[in-house]
Amino acid sequence: MYEYYAKWIREGKLKVNSDWNKDLKIKFTVQDPCQIVRKSYGDPIAEDLRFVVKSVVGEENFVDMQPNKSNNYCCGGGGGFLQSGFKDQRLAYGKIKDEQIKATGADYCIAGCHNCHAQIHELSEHYGGNYPVVHLWTLICLSLGILGPNEREYLGDDLKEVNVFHPETAM
Amino acid sequence: MTVAVLKLGNTKRKNVFLDKVKELLPDGGNLNACLTCGACASGCPATGLENMDPRKFLRMAALGMDEEIAKSDWPWMCTMCQRCIYVCPMQIDIPQLIFNARTLRPREERPSGILGSCDMAMRNESNSAMGASPEDFEFVVEDVLEEYQEAQPEFADMQAPIDKEGAQFFLNQNSREPVTEPDEMVPLWKILHLAGVDWTYGSRGWGGENYCMFLADDESWKKTTGITVDQANKLGCKTYLNTE
Repeated sequence: MYEYYAKWIREGKLKVNSDWNKDLKIKFTVQDPCQIVRKSYGDPIAEDLRFVVKSVVGEENFVDMQPNKSNNYCCGGGGGFLQSGFKDQRLAYGKIKDEQIKATGADYCIAGCHNCHAQIHELSEHYGGNYPVVHLWTLICLSLGILGPNEREYLGDDLKEVNVFHPETAM
Repeated sequence: MTVAVLKLGNTKRKNVFLDKVKELLPDGGNLNACLTCGACASGCPATGLENMDPRKFLRMAALGMDEEIAKSDWPWMCTMCQRCIYVCPMQIDIPQLIFNARTLRPREERPSGILGSCDMAMRNESNSAMGASPEDFEFVVEDVLEEYQEAQPEFADMQAPIDKEGAQFFLNQNSREPVTEPDEMVPLWKILHLAGVDWTYGSRGWGGENYCMFLADDESWKKTTGITVDQANKLGCKTYLNTE
């Protein structure tokens, strides 16, 4: 999907911009999903992912993890680990990911993969980093000014009230 | 302190597991080419869990320690992320070794959470690991769509089609959204609407999860994936699109 997001932005179909974050300067890092990057399409799709992220949060507000792209560490949410019942081991596995995220100093981690999202969200709470973990579609819509009040489940308090579309529909 | 002597391989049935996996893989997965450099183990987040790491696992297989491999829970803690093969100078397919090690236990003795998710996906033709039926899915999608068409008039024309024939994209959907947080489906619909994308869900095979694959249950994996492929082909969709 990332390559299509990038394509639609380049073609001008999605008129995203990062003005909402110009003064807020909220920093974002991104998790490269193993399945999509290392195991399937390689670094070119990781570049597309970064193009999309930078387009919506601002280039100066993006901080990459180290290592990254095809060389990125798995978060521990894949391969069925989330449902395997080995919770302690899964959290131990994810410690390296949590430290990688904290080292970026980013306020948010973007996770486009559902398994990554669930695992990193848990890592954030378990290891006390408490950085919110968001889907990419949330930020694309935020930057387009079309993200309603009920579509902000994973945004932190700092972004709950920013650029709200139809605020009167809040539930 | 004395240490028990390590028994290497059973001479009568040597390397049965490793040989079986080698037969399955192109170039035998290079499973005999290990230089024991440890690049795999040093960059693996699962290193140390259950006193295991990728190099050790491969050495145990090479030494014919099949019983110990079958007993280990470690294959369920490796996510098969492929970082080991990515950094390996000999391109040794350790993840495939792990996947096949999962089959060394009878199906009913594999982790119950993964087993349950696969069984849920086999319950109906949704392929949903949470067991949501095609009817449940259609109801939720239509209900949420109507709500947003009304509440946000700029999106009155937005669609979330199910089984639209000839659509370019066949989009899957992780069950988590329709089952537990339906509002989270909407941002993607908006993006597709604004980009003018011709897309559809399938009433059959819409679920994006694949726990039968994680269970290493090839037959069930083939069945669930077959439903998705069949539905996409029936509708004449050109591209299968994952939400990631």
